[in-house]
Amino acid sequence: MALLQISEPGQTAAPHQRKFAVGIDLGTTNSLVATVRSGEAQPLADNEGNKMLPSVVQYQQNDIRVGYPALAEAELDPENTIISVKRFMGRSLDDVLQTYPELPYQFEGDSTHLSRIKTRQGNKSPIEVSADILTELKNRAENVLGDELQGAVITVPAYFDDAQRQGTKDAARIAGLKVLRLLNEPTAAAIAYGLDSKQEGEIAVYDLGGGTFDISILKLERGVFEVLATGGDSALGGDDFDQAIVNWIKAQAGLTHTLSSRERRVLKEQAKKAKEVLSDSEQVNIEFLLDNHQTIALTLTLAEFNELILPLVQKTIIACRRSLKDADLKADEIKDVVLVGGSTRVPLVREKVADFFGQTPLSSIDPDEVVAVGASIQADILVGNKPDSEMVLLDVTPLSLGLETMGGLTEKIISRNTTIPVAKAQEFTTFKDGQTAMAIHVVQGERELVKDCRSLARFELRDIPPMAAGAAHIRVTFQVDADGLLSVTAMEKSTGVQASIQVKPSYGLEEEEILTMLKSSIDNAQDDVQARRLAEQVVEAARMLESLGNALKADGHLLTDESREALYNELADLQRLTEQTDAEAIKKQIEKIDHLSQDFAAARMDQSIKQALKGQQVDEI
Amino acid sequence: MNYFELFNLEVGYDLDVKQLAAHYRQLQRAFHPDQYASGSESERLLAVKKSAQINDAFSTLKSPVSRAEYLLSLAGIDISHETKTIQDPEFLMQQMEYREHLEDILQMSDPLSAIIDFEKTLADEANQLQQAISQQLSQTDYDSAANSVRKLKFMIKLNNELERLEDQVAN
Repeated sequence: MALLQISEPGQTAAPHQRKFAVGIDLGTTNSLVATVRSGEAQPLADNEGNKMLPSVVQYQQNDIRVGYPALAEAELDPENTIISVKRFMGRSLDDVLQTYPELPYQFEGDSTHLSRIKTRQGNKSPIEVSADILTELKNRAENVLGDELQGAVITVPAYFDDAQRQGTKDAARIAGLKVLRLLNEPTAAAIAYGLDSKQEGEIAVYDLGGGTFDISILKLERGVFEVLATGGDSALGGDDFDQAIVNWIKAQAGLTHTLSSRERRVLKEQAKKAKEVLSDSEQVNIEFLLDNHQTIALTLTLAEFNELILPLVQKTIIACRRSLKDADLKADEIKDVVLVGGSTRVPLVREKVADFFGQTPLSSIDPDEVVAVGASIQADILVGNKPDSEMVLLDVTPLSLGLETMGGLTEKIISRNTTIPVAKAQEFTTFKDGQTAMAIHVVQGERELVKDCRSLARFELRDIPPMAAGAAHIRVTFQVDADGLLSVTAMEKSTGVQASIQVKPSYGLEEEEILTMLKSSIDNAQDDVQARRLAEQVVEAARMLESLGNALKADGHLLTDESREALYNELADLQRLTEQTDAEAIKKQIEKIDHLSQDFAAARMDQSIKQALKGQQVDEI
Repeated sequence: MNYFELFNLEVGYDLDVKQLAAHYRQLQRAFHPDQYASGSESERLLAVKKSAQINDAFSTLKSPVSRAEYLLSLAGIDISHETKTIQDPEFLMQQMEYREHLEDILQMSDPLSAIIDFEKTLADEANQLQQAISQQLSQTDYDSAANSVRKLKFMIKLNNELERLEDQVAN
């Protein structure tokens, strides 16, 4: 009978077919893609054997180069070669220029919009540049694995705010990747160290990358990763060490003239090289040519370098203190310290971290690869290759979320370090008699004044019935999902007038823009677009057939015979539609079934609450 | 289903935090949205909601103040958003003395050890208040319990300020 065929579509086709999913570390300086093959998580290399992909994109007249080829052109074509674009994600132009005054790029934008870089292929937002990096990694993975990807887990610094997370997710969408999850980098690193299985206790993950610093305190217990606290600085990293050396070189060599693009680049490269040499040497010679052919030759000792970066390293240690405090722990209660990020190779960093936690940190996995490796393990689980995995990741919000109230003050709704997902509601009222609309301004940050926090989005609740000031009750609900993304709904309680938005960040892309980019990213003919849409819908349908089929098999008794029969019939229709070529019809059918099965899904959840705690007693003994 | 039922625990102020945490993890293992990564759209949304509810319930029951407030709300008394002040003159006098002490600490010869001593005093008092709350709640003396919770909130606020002071001294 048709009914049985539907309940096990995945299994009848190919019983043990693996689904391909990857973990992507979209880093400031370098990016990596990793996957689990034959039970082992490993980074995937390009044709030349390089695992790391420099996060550099060069926009040529008719071509986009990513990685080493782009890096090689950086000096010759600085204005069209975008380096470390992650620093600009979710930031306004003013913000970018203030933090990085010496960039070689021509920018477009102002204080109220996402920055865009002028290139010979037009203005590029950081999201599009990131999408180009992701596309390169996606192509690499599909080449190596020989099949299409089912999804990706993409890592972000734990400290990333909503705008930066949304930007990352949008970039993946433009690159044609299905995001299974945005995963915080420190959590990914903890997974990579195999701290998931039998380990118990509290661990600290110290992650100093090229442009960001994160410290997270995690509690591990029987496969549950609970983030207790997280902190850091989204604009502090190895690039700042480089900059400290650049400033030192300028001071030592007495360079007071405005540097050319080339000189800036050379200086930066010299600084970076010097930093790397000092990882295992006592001193380094720096030598380069200025535009006027004058040679600059200097020697930087490790002691001098340490002195230069000490304030920066100190800043990270202060953040560690604060996070421990947030987690209600003392430094000596931490069982393991994990080092992540290339900048943790700097000796002073290792020394200060070891001093603070009173132990030698773990560093057996390459600190550049550890995040991608961990992400791939999570991707493997989420895509369904390890059905009996017990792993659960409970992350927290890195920054408080709130609203602007009268007088430019922030009212916090969800505070920092709250476990996600979370939903919180608060009531507000009108300020004037007869007020019929209310502007809602969502902000993120710890400060009391709105102007000191980051603006996330603005929206309006309209059609409030005219009432006396203070009589309306507007209930605003903030929901943060497992990716750390916020959605806000607002409702006037007495009338039920509802306004709802997916928070589109103030410094992000509009849905329209993303759709346009999606279209142009699919190269040529209309055929391609159609084919891609159909393929997407067929995958989506297969997922529904499998999951709902299994659910009906397991819990069909929760439904009346009638509604069970109805669902089976709709699934049979869906199955038939997937064998045809009408993407739109499949989509409609999926939506229909989704709607029809809502009560069933709710009933299953209620049932499993009881089940989840059964056997608990046995477990505890 | 109230929060205690959700975690399969007896309704009451004295609870085993370890057991609460164990049941919490068990529930998240079943309901975290990651478990529904390949589920339907509505299943995923439902999982976000459920998982958020479980998180909220856990944080409510975990903290001694919000747990007491929650027990009071189950008895029909909502004090979590009130602006009612404490009428107990003896307690208020004591609070004033504590605040004066707090202000003096920075001028002391050894502020850090003064902070540690004071932390202990406050912790002792908070403990006594918690014992009182437990007793008052079990005797269904809700008015007294509500008063004790208000006092406990004062103590916690004081302790937060002390922690800020400690940060100041340490840096």
